[in-house]
Amino acid sequence: MKKQKISDDDNNNPFDAISHEIVFLILDHLLPHSLDVKSFSLVCKSFYSIESLHRRHLRPLRTHHLPSVLSRYPNLSRLDLSLCPRVPDSTLHVLSSSPSLSPSLRSIDLSRSRFFTPSGLSSLALRCSNLVDVDVSNATDMRDAGAAALAQAKNLERLRMARCKMVTDIGIGCVAVGCRKLKELVLKWCLGVGDLGVGLVAVKCRDLRTLDVSYLPISNKCVPSIVKLPYLEDLFLEGCYCIDDDGLAALKDGCNSLKTLDISSCQSISPVGIPSIGSGYASLKRLNLSHGIPVTFALVTGLKKLSMLQTLKLDGCMVTISGLKALGDCCASLTEISLSKCAGVTDEGLSYLVTKHGQLKKLDLTCCRKITEVSIAHITRSCTALASLRMESCTLVPKEAFVLIGGRCAYLEELDLTDNEIDDEGLEYISRCTRIKVLKLGICLNITDRGLSCIGASCPELIELDLYRSAGVTDAGISSIARGCPNLEMINVAYCNDITDTSLTSLSKCLSLNTLECRGCPLVTSVGISAIAGSCRQLTKLDIKKCGNMDDSAMIPLAHYSQNLRQINLSYTSVTDVGLLSLASVSCLQSMTILHLKGLTASGLAAALLACGGLTKVKLQMSFRSMLPHPLLNHLEGRGCTFHWRNKVFQVELDPKCWKIQLEDNNTLQ
Amino acid sequence: MKDLKIDTEDNLHAEAWAKSTARNKLPKHVPPDHPSQYGNFSLPRNQQNWVDPSVPDHTLRPQEPYEGFNQPSENQSNHPHNPSSVQDIGLQMNDIIEINKILDWDPRTMLSNLSFLKQKIHQLQDLVDLIVGRRSPTMGRPDELVTQQQQLITADLTSIIVQLISTAGSLLPSVKNSLSAAGPSIPAEQLGQLGGVILNTSSSVNAAALPLSSDGGTKVIADQPNPVDPTSHLVIEHLDEHESKDEEDVEDGENLPPGSYEILQLEKEEILAPHTHFCTICGKGFKRDANLRMHMRGHGDEYKTPAALAKPHKDTGSEPVLIKRYSCPYVGCKRNKDHKKFQPLKTILCVKNHYKRTHCDKRYTCSRCNTKKFSVIADLKTHEKHCGKDKWLCSCGTTFSRKDKLFGHITLFQGHTPAIPLDEAKGQAGPSTQGETNEESHKLGNMNFGFASDGEVQDLMEDVKGMVDEPSGYYSPLTFDSSNFGGFNEFPRPSFDDPEGAFSFLIPGSCNYTRKSGGESTSTNNLS
Repeated sequence: MKKQKISDDDNNNPFDAISHEIVFLILDHLLPHSLDVKSFSLVCKSFYSIESLHRRHLRPLRTHHLPSVLSRYPNLSRLDLSLCPRVPDSTLHVLSSSPSLSPSLRSIDLSRSRFFTPSGLSSLALRCSNLVDVDVSNATDMRDAGAAALAQAKNLERLRMARCKMVTDIGIGCVAVGCRKLKELVLKWCLGVGDLGVGLVAVKCRDLRTLDVSYLPISNKCVPSIVKLPYLEDLFLEGCYCIDDDGLAALKDGCNSLKTLDISSCQSISPVGIPSIGSGYASLKRLNLSHGIPVTFALVTGLKKLSMLQTLKLDGCMVTISGLKALGDCCASLTEISLSKCAGVTDEGLSYLVTKHGQLKKLDLTCCRKITEVSIAHITRSCTALASLRMESCTLVPKEAFVLIGGRCAYLEELDLTDNEIDDEGLEYISRCTRIKVLKLGICLNITDRGLSCIGASCPELIELDLYRSAGVTDAGISSIARGCPNLEMINVAYCNDITDTSLTSLSKCLSLNTLECRGCPLVTSVGISAIAGSCRQLTKLDIKKCGNMDDSAMIPLAHYSQNLRQINLSYTSVTDVGLLSLASVSCLQSMTILHLKGLTASGLAAALLACGGLTKVKLQMSFRSMLPHPLLNHLEGRGCTFHWRNKVFQVELDPKCWKIQLEDNNTLQ
Repeated sequence: MKDLKIDTEDNLHAEAWAKSTARNKLPKHVPPDHPSQYGNFSLPRNQQNWVDPSVPDHTLRPQEPYEGFNQPSENQSNHPHNPSSVQDIGLQMNDIIEINKILDWDPRTMLSNLSFLKQKIHQLQDLVDLIVGRRSPTMGRPDELVTQQQQLITADLTSIIVQLISTAGSLLPSVKNSLSAAGPSIPAEQLGQLGGVILNTSSSVNAAALPLSSDGGTKVIADQPNPVDPTSHLVIEHLDEHESKDEEDVEDGENLPPGSYEILQLEKEEILAPHTHFCTICGKGFKRDANLRMHMRGHGDEYKTPAALAKPHKDTGSEPVLIKRYSCPYVGCKRNKDHKKFQPLKTILCVKNHYKRTHCDKRYTCSRCNTKKFSVIADLKTHEKHCGKDKWLCSCGTTFSRKDKLFGHITLFQGHTPAIPLDEAKGQAGPSTQGETNEESHKLGNMNFGFASDGEVQDLMEDVKGMVDEPSGYYSPLTFDSSNFGGFNEFPRPSFDDPEGAFSFLIPGSCNYTRKSGGESTSTNNLS
């Protein structure tokens, strides 16, 4: 790259002295999709050209301007079209015939796009000879011809085809023969692919490192060929109900390189098969046995030889005390255990387990409803390095126990206390975990502003805060969070009835806020939203459902300032045609939920839908279906928009306490 | 001429031996009418003993008898231990006339072979004489020594028999056809088989060592201290050949011991001729002889007699009818008797179908799909029954009725890929891009990798097979003594330029190469 000449004229720009390479290095430190890069490029012509030369990744909002965009960015290697719902063949032809892009393009993401056919894929595969990474997940209407077209990309190393349900063994066979260099192949949910296809992939693509065949109707027959893959590291067999103990036994014969094995939800696997895992893979690091066989003493002793195991997931399994104790005695290298929704996790077993595994970093105890403060005491005493603790709905844990968590686990970064008995005193101690980034306090009815202000005062790194239905929280608490946590990106204050515009105004100081959920806050008005819109330019997701006072005047600033808004929920608000239509100026708006808008008319809706060019998903009342003209719906669907028609009856919101009582009543009834 | 006669007698004698050995080797095939004819030899067990190098008598063997190489002697006295085989000779004396007839065709080779045999027989006679002479001092020795001596003689006889049978190969009536066409030589395969059978019992003991060490082989088999004796090498050759034969037999469903059947080889023209039976009067051809005989009735009353209408040669003589097997005339084919892993064909129909399928153009095209071609009309008819039902298609054009067969095919062949049926590709195309998609699918359909039709694929398969079967592929080039083959080429040999001239290695002087190394077929390939 040529260096910029030092200007000798009166136009003495200090930046001219800096070579392109140095500016590139600076730009490398900016996130590729952040607004900073955009701002940089808008400074001056030379910055504009530098940024054009520097950019490698592109995620365009529309495909219409691709030709000019491609000429602006000559060095693109990754093209992410996940924001473009409609990518017809013509677009792919443009891409593949672009003289600058076709040789440099290495990666393309079509996972959220539709309307391309084998013809477009074929030209892409043939002309972009350096293409190594293609994501065509969710191409549910792609057939074998599409897979065969992709197979022409000889250098492909990574292919994701999740949910390509129409592709059969024939298509996969083409891929297996054509793309011999594949290292990663995801076939999850490709229901048309069976033993023959997977077997051929394993025979032909010898370089495979990652193979995801989850939920495929494959049986033991293709296991021997998978086993012979010399470099296979990650194997996902989730939900392969036809694979049984014999298949596992065959697996143990090879795959010395295997590091990840996922056999969750494999219903045909019985405890008999597990010892073959234990004896087969010495190098295994991650094992997922979720939703499978009961975790008993015998099962765990079968895993004893896995000395390298770091992550063990047993979600949804039946667990015995002896099984947990045996787990404590083996697999000393474990750093992550997930016991989410395991029935049978008791204080006795869990305490033994955690005392033996003091080095645990992550522990998931979601819905382990039998544990009490005894477990928490053992966890906090031995696992002091814990970074993530999830204990949603551990209802028997008393509020005193949370004092222990805050006092002893100083390194916590993620804490999920949803639906727990924690109170302000507990939060005060939790605030000692100064590194905390994600804090979930949903349905914690005992917490108030006092506890929250402690968090706000001492947890400056907080990124995500969930206060869903924690009705004790008011403006004061939110304001202290907004003051103390400048990095806050996500906040959920849904159904916190006492929240007003003051909270939103204070939250507008968190400039990185991208997700705001204030459902069911009747006191919030357009004033608060305007404040958010005016300063939180990163806002991408906004949920103001059931904010009855929200009207069109909130939409105008949103439309004007929130140019990154992708998703909005306006159900049960007072927004009318005008507000909806004004949102059309948010060019990247993709998803809209507009149920029960009293002021909405069919013609206004039609105009708004037509104006919002980037819509991919719209949730609407069923009644509008007949009121909107059919050609319009066809046109919108042709643009890539899908409609979800709902026929919900209008619901009056309950008081949070009533809601919880009702929830518990339901639970006891069940 | 008298000498010749005697030799041929011997020849027959040897054939009887060969039979007996074959029976001993595979007791299942022993015909019930001769259960104990050669029982006194009990070859397998004794020979096993004999090849054991630790047997002391092996080293005690006297050297003297070999001085009298050229002493003329009575042939009959060569076999004092085998009176039953002498009887056999008597039984088959009547064939001698036929032998003489055959000898007229091949005087030179036969002569050289026979003189060679004469030497050997004299040699053996001296050895037996010696043993008889030494019998009285060794009276006190245990019986096993006597049996060991018997075995020594058996071994020598065996090597002689090998050659006798080779020479006698031309006597077999079945070979007459090919001999008349291809010249005065004996099918090498047959020769090899017989030799192999005879020596099998001994060779099987250290079979593993044999192909590697020719010296060891010489000791074991020939049991002759004279190292330049060409016959010993000959025997090794047979052994080698036999070993591959043995492997093949294991593979083959039909476990016929080589030599227990006779091999017929029809010429290409004969195989391809639509009719095999022709009327001598009007020239009309028939597929079946019975039909010809029916036809002949029209040519006059003399053909209407029951004798003329009856099946000719129906008389089943005292000698058992040899099982007939067939060889394909195509050189290099696995079904050709010269092939290292020869697999005989069972019937003439098999020969015809095999030859047409494998070595002929596929002239019949399926009228439905216009792609499948066949050389046997019955195959076409079978295909037409199923044509259209084969929905699994490979990029090479081959269709399969079952998906797993297609995937097996794709697994096997590099570059072949499943092809998407045209209608599916069409059905998928959106209305706007119909043209493009059609073009696309067309391209996919024609995506060939050098094999336009299944016929060519089959050819490829044949080629692959051929390469695998190439004997030189099995042996490392290090074991291949090329200088000896140079000598092989220089040696003047009248019968060598015919493709079945493997017999020529019986010629003295040409056999001084040390290893077999698949040399037979290689040299044949080089020269023919």
